Amino acid sequence: MKRWSRRAIVSVPYFWLGLFLLVPLLLVIKVAFAEAARAIPPFSSLTEFEDGILAIRISINSFAVLFEDTMYLQAFFNSVVIAAGATLLCLLIGYPMAYAIARAPAHQQSILLMLVLLPSWTSFLIRVYAWMTILGQNGPLNNFLISIGLISEPLEILNTNLAVYIGIVYSYLPFMVLPLYANLVKHDLRLIEAAQDLGARGLTTFTRITLPLSKNGIIAGSMLVFIPAVGEYVIPELLGGSDTLVIGKVVWQEFFNNRDWPVASALALLLVLALLAPIVWFQRNQDAVR
Amino acid sequence: MNKFSKTMLAVGLAFLYIPMLILVIYSFNESRLVTVWAGWSTKWYGELWQDKQLMAAVWRSLTVAFYSATASVFLAIFASVVMVRAGKFRGRTLFSGLITAPLVMPDVLLGLAMLLLFVSSTQAFGVPTERGLFTVWLAHTTLGLAYATVVISSRLKEMDPRIEEAAFDLGASALTVFTRITMPIIAPAIGAGWLLAFTLSLDDVVLASFVSGPGATTLPIEVFSSVRMGVSPMVNALATMILLVVSLFTMAAWYVLHKQSKRAS
Repeated sequence: MKRWSRRAIVSVPYFWLGLFLLVPLLLVIKVAFAEAARAIPPFSSLTEFEDGILAIRISINSFAVLFEDTMYLQAFFNSVVIAAGATLLCLLIGYPMAYAIARAPAHQQSILLMLVLLPSWTSFLIRVYAWMTILGQNGPLNNFLISIGLISEPLEILNTNLAVYIGIVYSYLPFMVLPLYANLVKHDLRLIEAAQDLGARGLTTFTRITLPLSKNGIIAGSMLVFIPAVGEYVIPELLGGSDTLVIGKVVWQEFFNNRDWPVASALALLLVLALLAPIVWFQRNQDAVR
Repeated sequence: MNKFSKTMLAVGLAFLYIPMLILVIYSFNESRLVTVWAGWSTKWYGELWQDKQLMAAVWRSLTVAFYSATASVFLAIFASVVMVRAGKFRGRTLFSGLITAPLVMPDVLLGLAMLLLFVSSTQAFGVPTERGLFTVWLAHTTLGLAYATVVISSRLKEMDPRIEEAAFDLGASALTVFTRITMPIIAPAIGAGWLLAFTLSLDDVVLASFVSGPGATTLPIEVFSSVRMGVSPMVNALATMILLVVSLFTMAAWYVLHKQSKRAS
C-alpha cells in the first residue's frame, strides 16, 4: 500500500474510535474525580479560571464514598460470586454438550452447533423475559412441580438470586459451548486410542488426556461468560429481587435514580479495573491459541 | 463419556429451547392473567397491531438498526484492513485495544461513557442539540463496529494473499484489486457482520437507555419498561413475533454461509 493511502485507511476507523470510544472513556475518568453538583450536567468542573489563576480541583470524594459505604463493596462481592458461580455451572453443562458435538458425525456437527448458537442470536431481552413467566408464582415450572407431587406449595424462585443464576446460565451458555467445541474438535483422537491401548479406563483417559488438552477452551469459554456476567444489568434487574445487589444495578441506580454521576463514574472505573485481570488473561489465551 | 455427553447435549438443547417454546405458547393465551390458561386466542396479536406507541417504537428500532449496521460494516471493513494488512504503525496497540474494548466492557460503562461525551459536547460546542435517535445511532455504530470487525477480519485473515498479488502483477490498481478481488471474497463475512450489528442494535437496552432522549424510545426500551412492571400477554405476542423474525433471518444467513463454506472447501 502506498504511504498516504495507508494513512488514510488507518485514519478513518481510528478517528471514529477515538472520538466515540477513547474520549468517552477519558471523560468517565474525569467525571469520577469531579464533585456532584446541582447543575446541568450534574457535576463540577475540574478547572476554574478566576482572577488570572487557574485552579484545578480534583475530588476523591466519590472513591472515598465507595469504600466508606459497605453497600458498594458488597455489590462488588456479590457480582463476582454470582458471575463465578454461573460460569462454573455453564462449564459443567457446556462441556459435555461441546464434547458431544465435537464427537458427533461430521455432517451433524455444524447443524448441532447452529442449534446451540441460534438462541444467542435472537433477542437477549426476550429470552430473559421468558423466564419471568416460567419462574413466577403460578408459572409453568411451579405448576409442573406441584402436579408431579414434588412440592405442595409454589416455590419462590423469581426475584431471588437463584433466578439470576438461571438467567445468566441460560443467556451465556452458547458462549461457553462455542470455544470449547472449537478446542475439542481439534484433538488428535489417536492420543485417546493410545491411552486406551495402554490400558487406561474411560475416566482416566478423560482426566489425563482430554481435560488437560482442552485447557485453552475452558479458559476462553469461562472468560466469555464471566466478564459480561460481572457487569450484567438486565438479568439481575428483571429476575433478581430488590435485595439482589450487583454492581451493574448500582451503577444504573446511582446514575438514573440518585443522579450522582461522579459516584456512578467511579464505580464504573473500579468495575473495569476489576475486570482488567480476566480480560488480559483472556487476550493472552487467545493469542496463544493463534 | 459418550453416552453421558449425548444425554447432556439433549438436556442442554431442551434447556435452551423450552423457555422460548413456552413463551410462544403463552402468547396465544386468551386470559389477561399471563399464567392462567384460558384457551387459545390470537387476540393479543390484534391488540399489538393496534398499539400505536409500540408500533412506532418497532419502526424506530428497525430504522436505527439498519443505519447503524450499515455504518458499522462500512467502518469495520476499514478496521479489518488495518488490523490484518496495515502491519506495524504508530498507535497500533491503542487501536487494537479500542477495537476490542466494546466486546469486553460492561454495557453500563459504555453507555455512561457515551452519554458523558454527548453531554460534554453539547455543553462545549452546542452539538448534538438533543439526544435522540441520532445519538443512539452513534452508540450502536460504535458497538457494532467492534463485533463486525471480529467477523470480517477473521475472514480477511483466512484469505489467500496470492490471489491479490496475482491481480497486482497483472497490472490492477489497488482500488481495482480491492473492489474486484478482495470485496467479493469477504462478502459473506460482510453480510454476517451486518446481520450481527443489526441484531445487536435491535436488542440493546442499556446503551440506548443512557444515550436516548424523550420521544426516541426504541423497542427494547419500550419492552424493558413494560416488562419491569411484570409479564403481560401483549409483550408475549410481541416477543414471539421478534423470535420468529430473527430466527428466520439467522437461519437464512446460516444457510447461505454454510453453502458458501461448503463450496469453498
